[in-house]
Amino acid sequence: MTVFFIIFLLTLLVITALAIVQAKNLFVAAMLSGIFSLMSAMTFFLLDAADVALTEAAVGAGISTVLFLGALALTAEHEHERTGTAARLAALAVVTAVGAVLIYATFDMPRLGDPNAPAQLHVAPWYLEKTPEYIHVPNVVTAVLASFRGYDTLGETFVVFTAGIGVLFLLGTAPVGQPKLSPAMAFAGKSGLRHYQIPRVVGRLLIPFILLFALYVQFHGDFGPGGGFQAGVIVAASMVLYALLEGEQQARRVLSSGVLKVLAAAGTLMYGFTGVACMLLGGKFLDYSVLSSDPVAGQHLGIMLIEAGVGTTVTGVLISVFHSFAARGTK
Amino acid sequence: MTFIVDAASWVLLTLGGFFVLVGGIGALRMPDLYTRMHAASITDSLGSMLIIAGVILQAGFTLAAVKLAAILVFLLFTSPTAANALASAALLAGINPGLAAPWRHEPRS
Amino acid sequence: MIYYAVIIAILATMALALARALLGPTVYDRVLAVNMLGTKTVLLIAVAAFFMDRPDFLDLALTYALINFIGVLAVLEFFRVRAQRRLAEEKKGD
Repeated sequence: MTVFFIIFLLTLLVITALAIVQAKNLFVAAMLSGIFSLMSAMTFFLLDAADVALTEAAVGAGISTVLFLGALALTAEHEHERTGTAARLAALAVVTAVGAVLIYATFDMPRLGDPNAPAQLHVAPWYLEKTPEYIHVPNVVTAVLASFRGYDTLGETFVVFTAGIGVLFLLGTAPVGQPKLSPAMAFAGKSGLRHYQIPRVVGRLLIPFILLFALYVQFHGDFGPGGGFQAGVIVAASMVLYALLEGEQQARRVLSSGVLKVLAAAGTLMYGFTGVACMLLGGKFLDYSVLSSDPVAGQHLGIMLIEAGVGTTVTGVLISVFHSFAARGTK
Repeated sequence: MTFIVDAASWVLLTLGGFFVLVGGIGALRMPDLYTRMHAASITDSLGSMLIIAGVILQAGFTLAAVKLAAILVFLLFTSPTAANALASAALLAGINPGLAAPWRHEPRS
Repeated sequence: MIYYAVIIAILATMALALARALLGPTVYDRVLAVNMLGTKTVLLIAVAAFFMDRPDFLDLALTYALINFIGVLAVLEFFRVRAQRRLAEEKKGD
């Protein structure tokens, strides 16, 4: 029966995708892509993949839409006029050819959920057996992500950090000190306060609980869905809420761009140093068993440290990126 | 006893599902933005209260019930706020409610 | 058994909200539809978590409720700033 729900959601996904392609107004496309991420998060959830659903919901449906709209604010709102027909037909031919080749290639892959697939016969049972033995943590996804494949997660953290550096290079950080308000923004500021009375009250009540929930998600990643990435995104979202309600300058005073850069770098450094500390204590790089006298406790300590590193980096990068977009908008 | 709890939760879930569906149909068929917002807010408040109350009855006295209560409180705080912000923003942008002239000043999309 | 009925009702409402998002003449209709889809998602996760007998998944519902709220406010702020900037440009242009 769940299969029908998943098929229904996938149909909605296809409809949304067609609508995104067809939309001429790019804001509409951005909102529809938020809906797209939401539907795919639901599909992941129904397929029993909780960590992925959590990350997709937090990143794709929330932060991504905000950042897309921020980018659209700095550029154009409508699509450019399409180029000539010949170019479009050529593009269609290329896309059809590549798509056909890809679909043909998937015929060789095992069916979704096939119990005889190599992933089900060799890889998954190995992880399911070895996790209680080596790491003893209920959430196997965290165990695989943080310990067995910790090197890949180190790479992912560096990718997030590099993306943050890229955005900061292109857009620059927010200016130090008070930027002068243009008349339009001053007008907006006043009516903004009156307009935002109710959300300000509610937001002020909620922000502490959101931060508490982010900490819960960060440290509960061993036992349920959660972990560093999702917690970082939730902290960034709470900072976005604060910046919306109290104003961009106030948010920059609370967490200045210098602090954010330090946070972004410190997270990746923490991750790397945990690995180096393992080497210095006699093990291999990122082999957490040597971090404590009991190997399982060492694994727990290692996982906690690197998840903290990941959460810190994601927080720093996402808030810096948001401030880069928003600060440009106020000039 | 469990039969009563089960029956109560069934009733709540069915009513909740009904109101959610009514709100959805309203959001599609209503003629104007503000009336659609009114219909959508039915699903957000009444529908979610009934459905989550029904699921809490199924959960019993566990941690899951506390989490569900937290979700309910959060939804009750934030969906009216979001609806207010949306209506306020639409009014500031110049969209007039149905019976008056269509736009206050130039249409913005 | 009852869970099926509720899940079907919620999925049907998601389809209706999607139709509003695709149709809505103004952009605020689409924001309304996105907000509705968000709360429906929260309800669906809450019910389906019980249906699939995995109560630990409720964290997803709470996260999603948060993200939906913040996303809608951010989008609205963004449209407000854009509308005001356009108004200021028109005043300057006169």
